[in-house]
Amino acid sequence: MLVHATLDFPGWGDPNAPAHLHVAPEYLEQAYEKTATPNVVTAVLADYRSYDTMFETAVVFSAGLACFFLLRVQSRKKEEEEEEDRYFRHLATDMVIRIRTPSMHVPDSPYLQQLDPYWTPRSLIVRAACRVLTPFIQLFALYVVAHGHHSPGGGFQGGVILGASLILVALSHDLRTSMKMTPEKLMGVLSPAGVLIYAGVGALCVAAGHNFLDYGALAEWLGTAPEAARSLGILFVEVGVAVCVMATMIIIYANLSSAGGHKQGL
Amino acid sequence: MIWQVDLAILALVVICAIAAVTVRDLLGAGILFGAYSFMLCLLWAAMGAVDVAFTEASVGAGVSTVFFIAAVFRTTRRTKD
Repeated sequence: MLVHATLDFPGWGDPNAPAHLHVAPEYLEQAYEKTATPNVVTAVLADYRSYDTMFETAVVFSAGLACFFLLRVQSRKKEEEEEEDRYFRHLATDMVIRIRTPSMHVPDSPYLQQLDPYWTPRSLIVRAACRVLTPFIQLFALYVVAHGHHSPGGGFQGGVILGASLILVALSHDLRTSMKMTPEKLMGVLSPAGVLIYAGVGALCVAAGHNFLDYGALAEWLGTAPEAARSLGILFVEVGVAVCVMATMIIIYANLSSAGGHKQGL
Repeated sequence: MIWQVDLAILALVVICAIAAVTVRDLLGAGILFGAYSFMLCLLWAAMGAVDVAFTEASVGAGVSTVFFIAAVFRTTRRTKD
C-alpha cells in the first residue's frame, strides 16, 4: 500500500509540486521585505525555520557532550592509576631530559619545552606560518558570522572556521599549547552557553508577548522597525550557534586526538 | 553551468566515494573522504547552492577530515575485516 501511495507523489523536480507552489515563492518574494535580510537562505534557516536550527545547535552540543563522556571521563580514571615519563627539551642546548618520578614538579620556564613521548614534530616554518595565518582565519570567521545576512555563511560555518583555526594551533604546536589558550572548562561552559543564547533570544520574544523565536518582538527594546529587529535577531542567534559550534569542535578534537587524556595530540 | 565540468566533478565524487569505502588503509580512507567532500563542495557551488557548499567545505572537507585522522591515529591504521 505504501509503494502504491508513492506513485501519487509529484515527479522528481516537478515545478508544479505543492511544495514549490506556495511556500518557496513566498519565502523568495517576501523574505527581504519582512526580515531585511538579503540572503534568503539565512532568513529561512534562522528566522522561518528557527526551531530546526535551534535543535541542530543542541545536536552539535550533545555530540560534544557524548565525546566528553565517552573519552574524557574514562581516561580520567585511568590517568589516576598510571603516570608516564615526561620529556623536556632545553631550548638553548637542545638537550632532552627525561623525568621518571611523577611527583617531581617542573616549573613553567621559557627555556624548557615539554615534549610528547612519541610525536615530536619540530618545524619552524610550519609553526611560524600557522602563527601568522591563525589571526586572519579567525578574522574571516568573525566576518562569516557577522556577514551571514548578506553573503553565504552564518553561525555554523563561522563557528567551524573559528574552531578550525584553534585546531590548527593544536596541530602545528601541540595540544598542551592550545589547551592553555582554550581551557577545557571554558569550552565546556561556552558550548551549552551557545545553545542558551539561542534559546534565550527565543525566550525574550516570549517575554515581549510574541511567539517563541519571533524576533519581531524585539523591535521595541532595540528601538528599530520590526523588519530590522528580525534581521538583528538572526544575528544574535547566529552568534549563539557560532559559540556553541566553536567550543564543541575544540572539545571533540581535544578528546579524539588525545584519546581523552588531553596530554598529547596528533 | 557547463555540463562537461559538472560531469567530470560528479565522476570524481563517485570515484572518491567508492574508493573511500573499499580502500583497506583507514588513513587513506579518511583522506579520500576529505577529497570526496571537497568534490561535493565544488558540485554544490556549481549548482548555485553557495551556502551548502560553504558548509561542506568547512565541515566536510576541513574539520571532519581532521577528526577522522585523529581517530585513526588513536586506533589502528589497518582495517580488521
